[in-house]
Amino acid sequence: MKILKIFIILFSVTNFSELKSDEVNDVLKNKILKNIRCLICQGQSVYDSESEFASTIKLVVEKKINEGMEEGQIYKFLRQKYGDWVIYDPQLNKNTYVLWLLPLLLFLLGGAIIFKKLNHKK
Amino acid sequence: MKNKFSLFVVVIFLSFCFVIFYKGLNTPNNYTPKVNEKKNIPTFKAKDFYSNNYVNSDNIFEENTFYIVNIWASWCVPCRTEHPLLMQLSKNQSIKLIGLNYRDNFNNAKKFIDDFGNPYSRILIDKDGTLGVEFGAYGVPETFLIDKNKNIIKKFVGPINQEIVNEIKLIIK
Repeated sequence: MKILKIFIILFSVTNFSELKSDEVNDVLKNKILKNIRCLICQGQSVYDSESEFASTIKLVVEKKINEGMEEGQIYKFLRQKYGDWVIYDPQLNKNTYVLWLLPLLLFLLGGAIIFKKLNHKK
Repeated sequence: MKNKFSLFVVVIFLSFCFVIFYKGLNTPNNYTPKVNEKKNIPTFKAKDFYSNNYVNSDNIFEENTFYIVNIWASWCVPCRTEHPLLMQLSKNQSIKLIGLNYRDNFNNAKKFIDDFGNPYSRILIDKDGTLGVEFGAYGVPETFLIDKNKNIIKKFVGPINQEIVNEIKLIIK
């Protein structure tokens, strides 16, 4: 009877942990898919799209997660295949310096103008 | 002096906006991945269409030979348009054609080849489309030209035409 109890506990623990790992993978998969642009239905993420390309990418992402690839590695793989544009969240590189730095520059410029005006009034 | 400077800044800003919008008018809205980027061929394992055995990419592509990898399917109408051109290319001794049968039914694909002819030296099965992703494909048909050093040197999205065939012939000459 004792052995049976231990067996049941072990069985449920291993099953629960398996369920958890599946859930974690699903959350990661959905996060990645929402950040990939569909090249057929442009303007939609792969997560939202039902195109053939999207369904293939869903399979590829699932396969890569099961192979043990991390989020960044999957993005890198897709970038190598389809270019930077396929990822919604652009990386900082020579093509995106303006995109990343312009808002910061405008913010600093605006701050400087306001600061100068306030000082002037005083 | 201050007014002149403000006017100058406004004019520069408006010109900048005009150039950006004007350039935007002439560029297509749809993004297409780069087609002339040199890439190594991916390493993969795929099922052979006729023998059903798994083959490694290293055993498919030999050095010192030009290859064409053509992604096709029996259900794809543009594939029928380009098929005679692939048949024409297959007669050229300096190039080998590899077919990637994309998300297809075996019997339909076999009928397609029996009806229209087989331009391929080998056909691989891409049942779920994931092999196409390894090549950077996002639709069907797509054609990749591979040089003697096993690099993908050109990618043609959509059906190939006579102009593309001439271009390929010129490269492999």
